[in-house]
Amino acid sequence: MEEDIDTRKINNSFLRDHSYATEADIISTVEFNHTGELLATGDKGGRVVIFQREQESKNQVHRRGEYNVYSTFQSHEPEFDYLKSLEIEEKINKIRWLPQQNAAYFLLSTNDKTVKLWKVSERDKRPEGYNLKDEEGRLRDPATITTLRVPVLRPMDLMVEATPRRVFANAHTYHINSISVNSDYETYMSADDLRINLWNFEITNQSFNIVDIKPANMEELTEVITAAEFHPHHCNTFVYSSSKGTIRLCDMRASALCDRHTKFFEEPEDPSNRSFFSEIISSISDVKFSHSGRYIMTRDYLTVKVWDLNMENRPIETYQVHDYLRSKLCSLYENDCIFDKFECVWNGSDSVIMTGSYNNFFRMFDRNTKRDVTLEASRENSKPRAILKPRKVCVGGKRRKDEISVDSLDFSKKILHTAWHPSENIIAVAATNNLYIFQDKVN
Amino acid sequence: MFARGLKRKCADHEEDLGAALAGFKAVPSYSLQRQSLLDMSLVKLQLCHMLVEPNLCRSVLIANTVRQIQEEMTQDGTWRVAAPQSTGQAPLDRLVSTDILCRTAREQLGVRPAPGVGDGHVLSPASELSAVPPAQVPRNLQDSVWEMDSPRENRGSFQKSLDQIFETLETRSPGSTEELFSDMDSSYCDLDTVLTGMVSSAKPGPCDGLQGLAPAATSPLPSSCKSDLGELDHVVEILVET
Repeated sequence: MEEDIDTRKINNSFLRDHSYATEADIISTVEFNHTGELLATGDKGGRVVIFQREQESKNQVHRRGEYNVYSTFQSHEPEFDYLKSLEIEEKINKIRWLPQQNAAYFLLSTNDKTVKLWKVSERDKRPEGYNLKDEEGRLRDPATITTLRVPVLRPMDLMVEATPRRVFANAHTYHINSISVNSDYETYMSADDLRINLWNFEITNQSFNIVDIKPANMEELTEVITAAEFHPHHCNTFVYSSSKGTIRLCDMRASALCDRHTKFFEEPEDPSNRSFFSEIISSISDVKFSHSGRYIMTRDYLTVKVWDLNMENRPIETYQVHDYLRSKLCSLYENDCIFDKFECVWNGSDSVIMTGSYNNFFRMFDRNTKRDVTLEASRENSKPRAILKPRKVCVGGKRRKDEISVDSLDFSKKILHTAWHPSENIIAVAATNNLYIFQDKVN
Repeated sequence: MFARGLKRKCADHEEDLGAALAGFKAVPSYSLQRQSLLDMSLVKLQLCHMLVEPNLCRSVLIANTVRQIQEEMTQDGTWRVAAPQSTGQAPLDRLVSTDILCRTAREQLGVRPAPGVGDGHVLSPASELSAVPPAQVPRNLQDSVWEMDSPRENRGSFQKSLDQIFETLETRSPGSTEELFSDMDSSYCDLDTVLTGMVSSAKPGPCDGLQGLAPAATSPLPSSCKSDLGELDHVVEILVET
């Protein structure tokens, strides 16, 4: 499928103009909702932009299913913690949609410290003909009212409103790296570097601490939580990954505080590949359950691994994302790229996985055919509605004409966040301040 | 980004074999590489501990790397031998090759001197570690910054150590700042951005950053840790001058 992917870049230049791009415009998270109709992005400036897929129109076949801006709102503002004397960034770390239950949409967004529940709803009618108010909304003197009338709803231009419904604050000492909605749809969890909290959507003033790995003596701290997620179907089960490259599966039925894991996934270290950077590159930057709930995918610095929930001692599949960087680890440590947190996603049927790399490259791996492809998300090298050409990085030896050498990769252009439509082959790729949407070729 | 002095050494490609051999001879030894990795890690640690709220994951990974290097250096006895070589400012571009640091354990065993041979006497790992000041530096820093839940306990000693830091600053020659920047090559320009960010965020409480540095300044200075503390002074200097 990779070759026949069609580019469909959203023209959102009025929001994030390339030439006026600032730090605040850098996209920090991308997430489709459960139907794929909406796509939300969060940025470093604390904004959330929601895109909606256009309805298919018969006369414009080539415009099938394009995504256009639906709503934009400021989710988080920069704050200052006076007790600790520290600034709290407004950057949106994660967005998670709640399953739709009525006409309105709900999503959770979080920065380093505070999770917010937003309601996004449409209004295309307004009431007219009140008895006690005039057309401008001013109260009328009851003495002047001589007749009664029935108020009516009149159509008006569509308006999309985003309103904060709940604010879940003051529960995290460290930086929140993950939020995950439980399959019971009543609770969700938020994970920071050392703790995981469980919340009820209706209750904002208390949460339950379900994981705490903070040592009594912080000098002994050698491991942090890097990501966490609920099982897609079993509301009692969740996983969290660590900076030591391990994944723990916990069962909330076992005890209130899940200090003891139920399963522990770890691959024994290959002694022939040991170096000072072994631990850093094995640190897991993202963990995702497959839609089926049978597998877990983890991303570390150089690879993506797929684990079977029934086998803890090694992953069933390991895919090399950019193994040519193994010889560059010193430089990548020096310039801090080695600490970049790449995320990973499944396609709707769990048969293909996708993750990002440097130089605006992203990678896809077909689990069945074992084929993989490197694609590029860039304005310069792809036109809207053009077919993406696979890219190749030259590893040693002679460089062919269409290949790019490792030394000329641009390490400031990194694709950390991607999303895959829940049922179709549509992907969203965030490349610094640009959002690209690609889809299977239209027949 | 990788242009600076980075040579490819593809020993597995026959046509490059000759070049690779030449490259190996030109590259500094494993222990030198390790030392500069340690230096770099210590600078990174110092910088992130000056931030009010550092990226914990990054700090922990760097601290673990430092521990790992110190452990290995203690084991093979090169801790004391290798350290005095770097009393001057260690040029940071010495760290050019991943190949050497990432060589397999078996290869390393062949290169490395046997444990204890280096300095002729074997110390138990515990006493060796506790005798080495640089090992304490990151720990003290970690303690003061990471422990955000509990009240800071070393407020009392703060004023005294701050005085000592400023004393150090006053006695430094005026040329030392230039010396500092001549040491930093272009790849270290991200240091600047880190520092700029640090200065602005440290404004409400500049003491927090300096406080973390205090234990290092109060400890006696054997020659082996001079380079690390020199860097520390530089960092303080930047902090004050900006």
